[in-house]
Amino acid sequence: MKTSNMLFANRKDRALLAVFYLLIAVFALLCLFPFLLMITSSFMEEKEILSEGYKLIPKKISFSAYEFLFKNSANLLDAYRVTITITVVGTFLGLFFMSMAGYVLCRKDFKYRNQISFFIYFTTLFSGGLIPSYILMVKGLHLQDNIWSMILPGIMSPWSIFLMRNFMKSIPDSLYESATIDGAGDFRIYWQIFLPLAKPSLATIGLFLGLAYWNEWYNGMLYMQTPTKFPLQYFLQRIVSQANVQLLIQKGATVNTAELPSESIKMATALVAIGPIILAYPFAQKYFVSGLTIGAVKG
Amino acid sequence: MVKIKSALKSFAREICRNKILFLMILPALIYFIIFAYIPMPGAYVAFVDYHLNKGIFRSEFVGLKNFEFLTKTGELWRITKNTFLYNSVFILLGNLVQVFMAIMISEIACRWFKKLSQSVILLPYFISMVIVGFFAYNIFNYNNGFLNSLLVSLGFEKHDFYADQEIWKYIIVFFKIWSSTGYGMIIYLAVITGIDEEIYEAAALDGALRFQRILYITLPMLKSTVILLILFGLGGILKGNFDLFYNLIGNNSVLYSQTDIIDTFVFRSLVGSFNFSQGAAVGFYQSIFGLVLILTVNAIVKKIEPDNALF
Repeated sequence: MKTSNMLFANRKDRALLAVFYLLIAVFALLCLFPFLLMITSSFMEEKEILSEGYKLIPKKISFSAYEFLFKNSANLLDAYRVTITITVVGTFLGLFFMSMAGYVLCRKDFKYRNQISFFIYFTTLFSGGLIPSYILMVKGLHLQDNIWSMILPGIMSPWSIFLMRNFMKSIPDSLYESATIDGAGDFRIYWQIFLPLAKPSLATIGLFLGLAYWNEWYNGMLYMQTPTKFPLQYFLQRIVSQANVQLLIQKGATVNTAELPSESIKMATALVAIGPIILAYPFAQKYFVSGLTIGAVKG
Repeated sequence: MVKIKSALKSFAREICRNKILFLMILPALIYFIIFAYIPMPGAYVAFVDYHLNKGIFRSEFVGLKNFEFLTKTGELWRITKNTFLYNSVFILLGNLVQVFMAIMISEIACRWFKKLSQSVILLPYFISMVIVGFFAYNIFNYNNGFLNSLLVSLGFEKHDFYADQEIWKYIIVFFKIWSSTGYGMIIYLAVITGIDEEIYEAAALDGALRFQRILYITLPMLKSTVILLILFGLGGILKGNFDLFYNLIGNNSVLYSQTDIIDTFVFRSLVGSFNFSQGAAVGFYQSIFGLVLILTVNAIVKKIEPDNALF
């Protein structure tokens, strides 16, 4: 009696597990599908796209979209350069300033740490909104068409500062005390002791910052005017919203626009922009997951 | 007077004592003053008839006229309703999917399948909404979109998705779930991993089936995290997903009645019609209600789980 019951239970458990496998696989495929379709679309022949539409399994493979991108890479490279610049500068400055702030706020002998924490925290509760910020950037700081207009707005966030502070709190006081006895100044203690020990949180926050800058298009759209200074994502956004791949072609270059494989070029351009994220993904995922679990579960 | 003086004195003494520490936190202070605190009084632009040349504080004061206009045309109600409904679906459906995915993945024993599926499901979180706009074009555009070519090959007529008001709410929800499931799933997975293994072992000894273990152990253990995340989500229910909506809908005004949210409206009043004051009025309304909401949510959280309250 008992054994048949257990067998029955086993079978039921296994069936449920099979359902789980199936559902997870379906969801994962759904997550991958847009990428796959984009990849195959970028390798399609223009004729086939125009007559039959984008397909998951094309009849013929063509590299003409990538050939075009390779030959007309100047504008795309400009956009790449802008994005790499804001990503590198923004991530490093943001990490430097936020880790310093986190270090000061975790020092128990710093009298005003609670007041300053609240001062920073309050900004998450209430904001002036888009329009006053826009007026400040354009009329007050005169940052229109300046690359800093894409770096400054996202350089620090209360959440990241607090994550940094909480991480540094776990560094034992004795390290700090012995360094003070050895005569090290506050900045040196931060630079030589706290910063190396805080590497995991630096990696996590650096990743968040880097990702946000890499995907930045919003400030570019609001503040930038010179096309050569547009970030990559905004450059792409204009291609799809204006349905116009001619933005890729440099001024003065002679290209027969009638024969452009526009539809496959669009997808190829998007893939060229995703590329670095996919390459960095295995590394990124590791720090992202560990950061998410320190930061999110226990605020 | 004496009190203030002594407070100032102790403040000055503190600065002298910790000069370096103050210098080190100065960049952060300056940043938040400039980019967060200075724009706050700028919300006053909602109460004036803003002229670019006159500036915010020299433009004519018009009281609540900007708000009046918005309520009269029904715009304010429409965008509030849309924002509210979309976010409710994002929060409730989003958390539901995340919890279920997390539970299912936690039950999987096969290491490579677990790892691979987790990686794949998290991947969309790293992709910008601009690219999602490309995906939508790739799948839904009229001339050569994937779905239309599928419809044609199956013998149906083409469908103009970009002129269909009804369908975009589902597409928007789909891409929101698509991009955010991995993120939330990891949070829930972390909670599940933290559950004491012995509880499950004891249950298995007592002959509990898999679905019973999930129903009576995992779900109750997740309950407080779910409630907490939903509550904090509700605190931000008036904040929009500008990226998502703008990249999917853009300036396609045919779809506005179903897809216009507060953030896209404010953006258009800035870039399209240059009606700064009206946009700011909506922004101000959003900020104030957002503040009230988050304070309410925090008060509730403080009552049910004091440890997790924000302040």
